[in-house]
Amino acid sequence: MAVHKEENFSYRLWRYDGAPGELIPLLQSAQDHFGYIPRKAISYISGVTGIPESDIYGVITFYSQFRLRPMGKYVIKACAGTACHVSDSKTIIETIEDELGIEVGGTTEDGLFTLNTVACIGCCSLAPVIMINDDTHGRLTPASLRKLLRSYKRREKSSQGDKSAA
Amino acid sequence: MKKVIVGMGTCGLSAGARQTYERFSELLSENPGVFELAHTSCIGMCYREPLVEIREGEDRILYGEVTPELADEIYQSHIARGKILEDHVALHLGKGGAAKGSESEFYSLQNKIVLRNCGTIDPESIDEYEEKGGYRAIRKVLEEMEPAEIIGVIKESGLRGRGGAGFPTGLKWSFAAGYDSEIKYVVCNADEGDPGAFMDRSVLEGDPHSVLEGMVICARAIGASSGYIYCRAEYPLAIHRLTIAIGDAREKGYLGENILGSGFSFDIEIKQGAGAFVCGEETALFASIEGQRGMPRIRPPFPAEKGLWGKPTNNNNVETYANVPWIITNGADAYSAFGTEKSRGTKVFALAGKVVHGGLAEVPMGTSIHDLVFKIGGGIKEGREFKAVQMGGPSGGCIPAHLDHTPVDFESIPATGAIMGSGGMVVLDDKTCMVEIARFFLEFTQEESCGKCTFCRIGTLRMLEILTKITKGEGEPEDIEKLLVLGEQIKESSLCGLGQTAPNPVLSTIRYYRDEYEAHINDKKCPAGSCSALVDFLIDPEKCTGCTICAKNCPVDAITGKAKEVHVIDGSICVKCGKCITSCNFDAVYKK
Repeated sequence: MAVHKEENFSYRLWRYDGAPGELIPLLQSAQDHFGYIPRKAISYISGVTGIPESDIYGVITFYSQFRLRPMGKYVIKACAGTACHVSDSKTIIETIEDELGIEVGGTTEDGLFTLNTVACIGCCSLAPVIMINDDTHGRLTPASLRKLLRSYKRREKSSQGDKSAA
Repeated sequence: MKKVIVGMGTCGLSAGARQTYERFSELLSENPGVFELAHTSCIGMCYREPLVEIREGEDRILYGEVTPELADEIYQSHIARGKILEDHVALHLGKGGAAKGSESEFYSLQNKIVLRNCGTIDPESIDEYEEKGGYRAIRKVLEEMEPAEIIGVIKESGLRGRGGAGFPTGLKWSFAAGYDSEIKYVVCNADEGDPGAFMDRSVLEGDPHSVLEGMVICARAIGASSGYIYCRAEYPLAIHRLTIAIGDAREKGYLGENILGSGFSFDIEIKQGAGAFVCGEETALFASIEGQRGMPRIRPPFPAEKGLWGKPTNNNNVETYANVPWIITNGADAYSAFGTEKSRGTKVFALAGKVVHGGLAEVPMGTSIHDLVFKIGGGIKEGREFKAVQMGGPSGGCIPAHLDHTPVDFESIPATGAIMGSGGMVVLDDKTCMVEIARFFLEFTQEESCGKCTFCRIGTLRMLEILTKITKGEGEPEDIEKLLVLGEQIKESSLCGLGQTAPNPVLSTIRYYRDEYEAHINDKKCPAGSCSALVDFLIDPEKCTGCTICAKNCPVDAITGKAKEVHVIDGSICVKCGKCITSCNFDAVYKK
């Protein structure tokens, strides 16, 4: 969620006045803008701030929020928190991997789905839980999960069909 | 006029509160002026979300599991005709009277200080916070109290840090106050990283002003002029509401230059964490605010002397700050009246796992685990057997059921080998494997270890390898001893709290459940029936439709059966890969 509308990536870069501690917010806004941190953004940030690219890369790889590759249209966040874990979230994650043919951290070839795990979504009473973009789906079983994923696939297929028809 | 208040914290929203709110909003536009519509945050009963309150004066009726359809019924019956839908009432709070309704026990055993406004006020309205007595404490400290007096009150109240370590808050403040510096910082640690803990998120979403007010009071006490809230980026709603709250507080003169005309200035900035558990450690948190890799550094110097940007800094967590305005307004004695001799006040717990009432509860320190799990928590799901509670997340340990009389406070909990932690309490039943739960936490800390200290970086990996081996049935008798030795070494040789506590989940489960470890190693059995490699995979003939999909997916052809007939798994061929479970469309495959 963007906090201020004007706080976009280029504005932040332009506004940079050498104040320390700006690197992480800059990277966050780059990722907000592009969906990931492209090679070019690292060069831009380095050019403006004078921080070596290697240091920036070090910060990017330290934090789990940052990614160096584009994400799918639907980002699945499978909760791996304690409450979900004791509700067998492992089977849930394996089911997603199986249904989509990707592993945790991967993106499907058609660019539709990216699968990640998160420490805790915070709706432990609905365990096991996943989020697909901003929608939360709880109390899942392998069967209900497959149905859910297939409904996303179907929706996507039919909307593509609409487009090609138009 | 009746006021309809929809609970819209993260838990409510994920249970569908948005649709419920929209339905009420439609009803209101069809019937303008019939009722007022508002929203609030989490009241703690996450297990009954979406919750809707109908408030009329002092009378408050909370309905649970309100779908858009039930919203219609509530409108037609309760709002239009004054007829309460008793079957759906979770809680009924009348004027002065005791709580009624199905969840009255959950509610009435609690004492709400930190959560005093959560689920009651609109967190995006500074006016509602003020109506509840908010920001009076700031006025009091600025107009009537010297900084030393503020610290005196906090010391006297007995408040101890709620992030987990329980360091006396007043004492901490006095350290930072004691260093002379033009620039000092107040930092709020809102990087709540324990999987299974969501206390701080609920406070930030439900009552952000209380945290801001606590920070201003601390700033006044130690003489700081700027502050940071370091909040997880995974909490977008909390960040959104904090941003609104900071803007409103500035506008009303509670933040910024010359607060309330006193000449004292203090402002707060939000820094979003980027996802690193170790940043909950204060020196790592400072490094992260400074824009670096969040790695801890050696103490001393302590943050009170050289913290953020090398300046004197006071760092407390969300819940600690949220207590402060209440203590200033109500006095140290009122606060220390709650709790035990050494652990004063209340503590918020996030109940999760195999407990019936998953949610948030604030109880006086010293309440027993039994009361939390059975009275407030409503017991174990599906009537299963209570096995243990896990407290303190990846830094904590398991407390077995036979110690459930243990009071929750900063002395008794560590004596069991667990830690108080920030308040995550995950309830485990007889189907939870203790070796597996230890492996789960170690996998987490192993991944989150920043890599600075060798023992934490490599030692946790070796422990994880051993635990994984045990859960796969490949454990050897000497493995338990190796885990104990490694665990002690990692604790002694790590710089920060992450490494010093990482072995706790393993050590505490070995202490109480050594027989389970031995069963995995010697008998190649998982007593809880959870570790895939050590259990049998079976097909429930009641659920199997004979669709053949499991047989097609089985990599070793262990499943036989004709189409439209019940299938059977041959245990002597099965390699326990779990493909049949994940591929079945009818949830017919199970482990035993």
